[in-house]
Amino acid sequence: MKRRNFIKNSILFAGALAVAPAAILSNHAYAAWPKKSFDIKDLADSVKSVYGHNNLEESSKVKLKAPSIAENGAIVPINVSTTLDNVESIMIFVENNPQPLSSGYQLTNLAEPSIGTRLKMGKTSNVMAAVKSGDKVYTSTQEVKVTIGGCGG
Amino acid sequence: MSTIKMRSKESNGVVTVKALIKHPMETGQRKNKKTGDLIPAHYIQEVHGKANNKDIITIHWGPAVSKNPYLTFKYKGSKGDNVQISWVDNQGNRDTNTGKVK
Repeated sequence: MKRRNFIKNSILFAGALAVAPAAILSNHAYAAWPKKSFDIKDLADSVKSVYGHNNLEESSKVKLKAPSIAENGAIVPINVSTTLDNVESIMIFVENNPQPLSSGYQLTNLAEPSIGTRLKMGKTSNVMAAVKSGDKVYTSTQEVKVTIGGCGG
Repeated sequence: MSTIKMRSKESNGVVTVKALIKHPMETGQRKNKKTGDLIPAHYIQEVHGKANNKDIITIHWGPAVSKNPYLTFKYKGSKGDNVQISWVDNQGNRDTNTGKVK
């Protein structure tokens, strides 16, 4: 029974990926994983594929906490929080990574707009936190200097 | 044992959930040093956070998230809530864990 469920679920999941790869991340709480956005190699294109536009507004209400120097690019702690209301999603872009979109967080109205994670960074780069509130996207950017890259093998 | 270690704590009506997930998070861009072959991509793509069966957060991760990923999020809740975290990776593996808010 367990195995059957697993197979059923994986087929559903694969199907969802195949049908809706272009789904815009921030529209639905259960939108499929946006393969297209995660594959894009250019920051501006990546932003556009997530939001459908490039109209970003720098805002001091978006708080990005990241180290100015990361000794180990394999583990760069990033925290994003905001005092903005009606936050739909938080996205973290790393400009100089092979694919700038690192991760996306869609919030329901029960969530507080505050998330934390750890990212890999191949080299020194700007890190941009983007918060979607209403129809607008607010950002905060900070440079993180990487002394040892996180993508080496 | 679950791959998800989690801890949730309430303070002033806001619950902070912290989780550590055991996962290789292979990017698919690394090479095996001995053979020179690419190590296939293997990373968590989706994480769902729920409290008392209500959706709190849906997360999409790419390969740039660190190995054994760490995650925090917050929501309006109280002590005793049942918090559930589940993940699915690009190879169809999945895991779920639940914990009570302290």
